[in-house]
Amino acid sequence: MSGILSWMIFIPLIGGVVILFFNQEQKTAIRSVATLTTSVVLGISFILLAQYNPSNPTMQFVERASWIPVLNVYYYIGADGISIPMLFLTALLSLISIVASFGIEKRVKEYFAFFLLLECGMMGVFASLDFFLFYVFWEVMLVPMYFLIGVWGGPRKEYAAIKFFLYTLFGSIFMLVGILLLYFNTTPHTLSFTELVAGGPTLSHNLQLLVFVFFFIAFAIKIPAWPFHTWLPDAHVEAPTAVSVILAGVLLKMGTYGLLRISLPMLPYGTNYFVWPMAIIGVIGIIYGALVCMAQTDLKKLVAYSSVSHMGYCLLGIAAVTSLAGIEGCMFQMFSHGLITGALFLLVGVIYDRAHTRDINAFGGLWLKLPVYSGVMILFVMGSLGLPGLSGFVSEFMVFIGSFPTFTWLTGIAVLGVLLTAGYFLRMVQRVFLGEFNEKWEGKLPDMKFREIFTIVPLAVLMIAIGFYPKILTYWMQPTLEHLIKLIAR
Amino acid sequence: MLQNAWIIPALPLTAFVLIVFFTHRHRALSAGISIAAIIGGFAYSIPVLFRLIADHGPHEYFFNWLEFGSFNLEIGLLIDPLTAVMLLVVTIVSSCVQIYSLGYMHGDSRYSRYFAYLSLFTFSMLGLVLSNNFAMIFIFWELVGLTSYLLIGFWFEKKSASDAGKKAFITTRTGDLGFIVGILITLYACGTLNFGEVFTKIETGVFAGGLVTAAAIFIFAGAVGKSAQFPLHVWLPDAMEGPTPVSALIHAATMVAAGVYLVARGMTIFMASDTAALVVAIIGITTSFMAASIALVQIDIKRVLAYSTVSQLGYMIMALGLGGYGAGTFHLMTHAFFKSLLFLCAGSVIHAVHTNDMLEMGGLSKKMKITAATMFIASFSIAGIFPLSGFWSKDEIVASTIGHPIFMVLTLLVAFMTAFYMFRLCFLTFTGAPRDQEKFDHAHESPKTMTYPLMFLAFLAVFAGWVGIPWLPHSWSSFVYYGEVEHASFHFGLAGISLAIGLSGIGLAYLMYYKKSISA
Repeated sequence: MSGILSWMIFIPLIGGVVILFFNQEQKTAIRSVATLTTSVVLGISFILLAQYNPSNPTMQFVERASWIPVLNVYYYIGADGISIPMLFLTALLSLISIVASFGIEKRVKEYFAFFLLLECGMMGVFASLDFFLFYVFWEVMLVPMYFLIGVWGGPRKEYAAIKFFLYTLFGSIFMLVGILLLYFNTTPHTLSFTELVAGGPTLSHNLQLLVFVFFFIAFAIKIPAWPFHTWLPDAHVEAPTAVSVILAGVLLKMGTYGLLRISLPMLPYGTNYFVWPMAIIGVIGIIYGALVCMAQTDLKKLVAYSSVSHMGYCLLGIAAVTSLAGIEGCMFQMFSHGLITGALFLLVGVIYDRAHTRDINAFGGLWLKLPVYSGVMILFVMGSLGLPGLSGFVSEFMVFIGSFPTFTWLTGIAVLGVLLTAGYFLRMVQRVFLGEFNEKWEGKLPDMKFREIFTIVPLAVLMIAIGFYPKILTYWMQPTLEHLIKLIAR
Repeated sequence: MLQNAWIIPALPLTAFVLIVFFTHRHRALSAGISIAAIIGGFAYSIPVLFRLIADHGPHEYFFNWLEFGSFNLEIGLLIDPLTAVMLLVVTIVSSCVQIYSLGYMHGDSRYSRYFAYLSLFTFSMLGLVLSNNFAMIFIFWELVGLTSYLLIGFWFEKKSASDAGKKAFITTRTGDLGFIVGILITLYACGTLNFGEVFTKIETGVFAGGLVTAAAIFIFAGAVGKSAQFPLHVWLPDAMEGPTPVSALIHAATMVAAGVYLVARGMTIFMASDTAALVVAIIGITTSFMAASIALVQIDIKRVLAYSTVSQLGYMIMALGLGGYGAGTFHLMTHAFFKSLLFLCAGSVIHAVHTNDMLEMGGLSKKMKITAATMFIASFSIAGIFPLSGFWSKDEIVASTIGHPIFMVLTLLVAFMTAFYMFRLCFLTFTGAPRDQEKFDHAHESPKTMTYPLMFLAFLAVFAGWVGIPWLPHSWSSFVYYGEVEHASFHFGLAGISLAIGLSGIGLAYLMYYKKSISA
């Protein structure tokens, strides 16, 4: 199948355009088209996995065509061990989110059209190998996300949407300046990732430092790293469930993906110069995020802040640039967090749909009346707090192994995060699921429906599978990451 | 056959999966699957033990779980005599507890779930004792923590129960932070986490000095949490909120034993650092003394046993810290039997009178002959009375303090207190006039599913220790040993003293709570 990556990027766009031809009232048809589109993309992603050769660390499925010759801009896409897991994760979560969105009744046509446009943008970001293209897709994601939060969100949706938009745009400007700096300091001027990576060590040290800081601001906002995280809880709390899933599952990974794809290999001097600040910001995120979680009474905010904490592990892992375990831990965490937090948001949505509240103190004893829901929720909570046998443990452990030799004391502090995580999640479990059943909900909270279980099962299976046998995931990325470490060491 | 020893933990895991996904609506079937699985594991452990008696090993089978180029993490089996014994102890105690639970949990609405948890718990513990490296032992270590959370908080409608589960999880996890750091130091220094390879690095001097001291103390922090040693002992008394058979399982053969097992398994690391070994010994004896003194005044029957457990674990930890490998592991084994028996007896009493308060009991031996008899046997065993199991293992614990006078004095004091509080419990519960007539009238002997496990464990509480009789040709110390075979010599003098101390503790309790000639 030639042009496989292009298909993955543009099939969602085609699906989105098709939806525009429907009448607003043809809800079932619109949902079917969206489901079909995302299913096809997921199917293609399996073909992608089948054809991908993991032992080859260079770009595969490369497509390159001149686009704007004057500026030396190409339509240049490809995939390697860093993008393959992300492309798969995006395809999977997109389908799940579409299915989870069947409950949306307001302006169905626009909702699904935007959602598919969003998938197009996400796929594009993970496949782009040219800065121009990358930037275009980066901004393409922004627009549908803005509307999805701003139109279909909760009570303070406008505020949250604008905050999300401004933060990301603020980062994008820094990224744009960084791109231009790189562009004008190479001869011939190039925007090609592969050429910039090859020429990375020849860039002057001062330029590398400057560009690294610019990119870091852009990516740190996305991750979100402390202190750029404040947009995240607002966006999550207001966003509809499926949008939260995509936001936490995929969009946050854009930040760490950018570091791995762009900052680390293109700016080896800058990277090595800034490992300590990155590690410190990462550890602050881990601890700060966890402490904030302890004080939350809104389930969704709790999960949102736990993302801040968990993405801190990614940053700590990246900072351990010389160690395969650290970087691989970061990649593992990106994938694992996508599964676990995606599922947690879905599950919070399940209870919100029934009770129309997310207040932790409003429930109690749910395990008595909703055994399936409670069991699944506790399974994912355990995954999130790093219980061995589930994927979260593997990534945290790898990050610790990787960072310990370089950042001994910082890692010692980061380990505290494991305890804090257990603290806030068990507190939540106790208040929501244990204790006496709150009689106010008698008969009002049916257990999970088939459609809801359907969206959770693939995530649970993957979480357990890669937790038990991590090679299922590391198999795809290890050679690429080994290569990446050599690039950083230049 | 040894390379297939993974079957032993796999059986209860399978039972867990089957119950959760398929049979949870069928109570009897779920219980049957769970019990069949654990008895299967027990059956497989027997030939494993005999194979190990023929060939001490260690036998190791593993594959790479994660590869990082410069080092690998493995998943594998390490089977040596200690493992073989632990497999047997865990499967026996777990089998007894599960059969007992048939009766004890009879009316519970979450019967199937209870057995599923027990199976998962047993799986975790069996995996833990079979692990061949620090990463894997940590994985199972945490699973034990999770399942203890579920089991302690089993009756989660009660706030106190869900609090206790949470407390157990968080407290043990606090210790686990140290464990993680210890593992990271070890990996950093050795480039491997495989037990054998790490120990070789120590023997060859590669892993030495302050680094090994730090690693040992951090790893010990994990054991302090799980084995409820001072200052992380706080979770254990609260954990009595769980169903009593769960207490028997957690506090005898499984969870709390894990910490002692970890220290025994990592003996080389602790012996490589005098500082670390001393820390271990001091924490052990401090805990032992403190907990025994608290047990003296408890009126909740389960809390006496809870503090007793903490105290006895302190014994083992201290012995290991003083280099008494045989003593620590031997007591771990005998304690597993008599302590699970004590808990199950207490459960039988609670089942009959529906209270934990000893002040509301009294005279129950008239109504519960089997429970009373087995409880007395277990108490004689823990008090170290000749010729019961506890006598032989406690004697070795005392012997391990030779050359450390302070430790020896404290150890003997603990022995006295142990004998006293145990018989205080027995006399208050089973003898004298009933203090609450209504409860007494209601009391009855427990069903056979409960009394048969009691009798079986009573048999072990008497005879299991005989494998350690020092002048037997193939005794414990020539099977489970650290480094070279140590021929434990029997100290008639010490044995006599500790026996006399045990008897005097019983005597004092007799005077105070049976004769009432001394006022309490």
